[in-house]
Amino acid sequence: MSNSQLTEGICANRLSPDALAQNFTDIAPSLTAHEAQVAADRCYFCHDAPCQTACPTDIDIPLFIRQIATQTPDAAGMTIFDSNILGGMCARVCPTENLCEGACVRMKAEGKPVEIGRLQRFATDGVMARQDHPYTRAAATGRTVSVIGAGPAGLACAHRLAMKGHSVTIYDARPKAGGLNEFGIASYKAVEGFAAAEVAWLMQIGGIKMVENWQLGRAGDGDLSDILAQSDAVFLGMGLSGVNALRLKGEDKDNIIPATNFIAQLRQASDLAALPIGRDVVVIGGGMTAVDAAVQAKLLGALNVTIVYRRGRDAMPASAHEQEIALSRGVRIIEHAAPKAIIGNGAVRHIEFCYTKNGPDGLEMTDATFRLPADQCFTAIGQTLGDMPEIVIVKGGKIITDGAGRTSMARVWAGGDCTHAGDDLTVTAVAQGRDAAEDIHLFLAKG
Amino acid sequence: MADLTSNFLGIKSPNPFWLASAPPTDKEYNVRRAFEAGWGGVVWKTLGAEGPPVVNVNGPRYGVVYGADRRVLGLNNIELITDRPLEVNLQEMTSVKRDYPDRALIASIMVPCEEEAWKAILPRVEETRADGIELNFGCPHGMAERGMGSAVGQVPEYIEMVTRWCKHYTRMPVIVKLTPNITDIRAPAQAAKRGGADAVSLINTINSITSVDLDNFAPQPTIDGKGSHGGYCGPAVKPIALNMVAEIARDPATAGLPISGIGGVTTWRDAAEFLALGASNVQVCTAAMTYGFKIVQEMISGLSDYMDKKGFTSVDQISGRAVPNTTDWQYLNLNYVTKAQINEDDCIKCGRCYAACEDTSHQAIAVSSDRVYSVKDEECVACNLCVDVCPVDCISMRELALGEVDQRTGTPVAGYGNWTSHPNNPSSQAAQ
Ligand SMILES: Cc1cc2nc3c(=O)[nH]c(=O)nc-3n(C[C@H](O)[C@H](O)[C@H](O)COP(=O)(O)OP(=O)(O)OC[C@H]3O[C@@H](n4cnc5c(N)ncnc54)[C@H](O)[C@@H]3O)c2cc1C
Ligand SMILES: Cc1cc2nc3c(=O)[nH]c(=O)nc-3n(C[C@H](O)[C@H](O)[C@H](O)COP(=O)(O)O)c2cc1C
Ligand code: SF4
Repeated sequence: MSNSQLTEGICANRLSPDALAQNFTDIAPSLTAHEAQVAADRCYFCHDAPCQTACPTDIDIPLFIRQIATQTPDAAGMTIFDSNILGGMCARVCPTENLCEGACVRMKAEGKPVEIGRLQRFATDGVMARQDHPYTRAAATGRTVSVIGAGPAGLACAHRLAMKGHSVTIYDARPKAGGLNEFGIASYKAVEGFAAAEVAWLMQIGGIKMVENWQLGRAGDGDLSDILAQSDAVFLGMGLSGVNALRLKGEDKDNIIPATNFIAQLRQASDLAALPIGRDVVVIGGGMTAVDAAVQAKLLGALNVTIVYRRGRDAMPASAHEQEIALSRGVRIIEHAAPKAIIGNGAVRHIEFCYTKNGPDGLEMTDATFRLPADQCFTAIGQTLGDMPEIVIVKGGKIITDGAGRTSMARVWAGGDCTHAGDDLTVTAVAQGRDAAEDIHLFLAKG
Repeated sequence: MADLTSNFLGIKSPNPFWLASAPPTDKEYNVRRAFEAGWGGVVWKTLGAEGPPVVNVNGPRYGVVYGADRRVLGLNNIELITDRPLEVNLQEMTSVKRDYPDRALIASIMVPCEEEAWKAILPRVEETRADGIELNFGCPHGMAERGMGSAVGQVPEYIEMVTRWCKHYTRMPVIVKLTPNITDIRAPAQAAKRGGADAVSLINTINSITSVDLDNFAPQPTIDGKGSHGGYCGPAVKPIALNMVAEIARDPATAGLPISGIGGVTTWRDAAEFLALGASNVQVCTAAMTYGFKIVQEMISGLSDYMDKKGFTSVDQISGRAVPNTTDWQYLNLNYVTKAQINEDDCIKCGRCYAACEDTSHQAIAVSSDRVYSVKDEECVACNLCVDVCPVDCISMRELALGEVDQRTGTPVAGYGNWTSHPNNPSSQAAQ
């Protein structure tokens, strides 16, 4: 363990285990009961509350906060779970500054919203700590539904269907359920295996079978017609398993990898110290994935981590709050620059960028260039749909659905990131999974 | 810095802020520290007769009502009068008064309703060189069961009698402390005056149960599974106290009788309000018990600041200033019309005004799809509930000018007219 942040190249053990533990601890720990009381007292109990409207899952926020304020946190937890069974994860990962908290009327009053996300975590943690599952399953209906993808969309759909008495089988290509909750979300947002614990808690409803390592369309597993043949309805919640390419020469050089792969590897690492990381790391992109990759590279001990984004910071899909996290951890953000060339022998050594400017036809490249040293380059310029069964209509790389989540194909629903309605947000995926379940239930009740 | 000196019944103090007879004034140690902190005077914790002192419970003696953030809004207690021997208290009072001659020191007394008992204690209190006495006719618990405290304060004849004894046996000024646990506060005040009282002080605590333990099903504070009613005080009782002070100030039978205002005084503003309604000074207990003696500094600077801004040069100039404007409902101008008005720029769109008016008032607030709230003048009765529930104070009441048409009634605003002459008033019609 003679490595340090200064060690050249890519190596493990840049930081001591203590420093790593410190770096990857819970970024926003649960409120204590007292803190929750103080925070809850700030809620005005608004009429037709803007925070609730801003929540994709429509959680009755004023009600659950009042329930906390009146010392019934478990009732508050149930108010949340009634709308959002993944309320625990959402409390940790939602960019609340763009959602509920951004809409809080206290933003206008004082610029400081009620801490809705942290109150939600307080209430949901309490219920989940009870170990029992708070919902009971309706009498079995004898109907079966297959859910493809065990991410937030699939899980929310499955739970709602199971509650209504249907038999659900979830299939997921990965060896572990949870989708990006398990493989994507920054680790300091969901510490101590929360994603897996949440799946286990949710499965306690009963009536849900989980099949892992099963990929729709893969030879030996099965395709949509096989699944349709054995179930009354199908929900597709496959997320976006592909990634966009840089489309640059030299992109195939070593140590240029999709940020999502780096993050998935990090999320599954049993020993963070053993994870190799470069001294100089460059991240290309401007979304949550770019920020999470950059921040976690820094936390692992990379010396220089730079996010390069082709537009201005105000246009970054990552929220201002996320950008703040990056900056406060020492990540540098270079705006208005796009990659031009990858330099290196076998493995990347440098990346050349040119500055961009806004022109009449959109972004234009300028002649001004600069080079960044790069032991590693993580690309985070968007995810794409994996292979899709051709019978479902896909447009612009996403599945087309109607308001209720129905696809072009009879008996097939879809929700989450894989659809046009998706928003690259956990909470939106949950809402769509839940709403599709309600529509599937209506459909099954009719037939 | 305005001149805050106070002269109450000839008793001088550097400011009108006294500590009321209660735990803050229980002993020499507290009182010395209170004087060091700046309090103008104290009313010593109520003395009992010679002999073995009363005993207090040894479990919790307070119950509390909280506002947001556990702010103490109301406090109740089941404490009795001093539980220390009379002799010890008298010695301590003597020593404190000797060292703080410029501060007011009043002895609060509660002895049995017998002439001999009062005759015995008064000369001993005089020896301490205390500036005056306050007769505790107020304690609603514990002592009342023994025929003292509010048991006396609820019978005007007893008040008059005891006050007369005191005036007879001492030359010290006599302040009668009144209990609010009575239907009409004017009766005991009048009785005190008839007995020769130099002043009244009010209010003592209000009979109350603050809360119930829902696991053990007992009122709180709970002593070994049982609870008892106690005396309520703190910010929550201020409105009741203010009204009672005003009632006495504007009753022709007691007008001019000096009043020491007590009940929920927590800030300089509360104090100024008591003064305005007829008090000459104020006494404080719960605020000191909640925040410590230091709060008097804010009271002093706040009142001084206010007086400087208003150009008042003595506390007396505030005293009673709002009494002429305190009247009975029947004299209120029924032709005075206002309408709520929402300042859109300051509105944070919480919609509380809408919920309040729509659900419980007069359906006079409209909301647009983008959450712009506006008042429907044709429905607004001017109750001002919207103003009260608005968290950012962005709603005001606009006064309609004489002759302007009230959109709700369709009639122009007329000049002064009250209920006594209103056509709907049967008595006014009968008089025609
Ligand atoms: C790095 C990163 C960080 C993020 N951070 C946040 C954040 O902080 N807050 C936030 O709200 N959102 C965040 N997001 C977005 C959020 O994770 C997604 O919007 C959300 O997980 C979408 O849920 P989903 O169920 O639609 O898809 P996913 O979570 O992607 O789940 C899809 C599942 O389907 C499985 N699957 C795919 N194809 C097949 C197939 N053919 N057969 C069987 N199974 C298949 C996958 O293995 C996966 O388990 C982040 C995303 C990334 C990549
Ligand atoms: C505006 C208003 C009007 C009231 N009118 C009446 C009334 O007409 N009759 C009545 O018995 N009580 C009336 N009350 C008293 C209430 O019924 C209730 O006893 C009191 O407000 C105490 O309850 P609360 O403070 O817990 O709400 C009124 C209260 C308010 C606030
Ligand atoms: S003053 Fe009363 S009636 Fe008028 S808008 Fe406000 S709440 Fe409604």
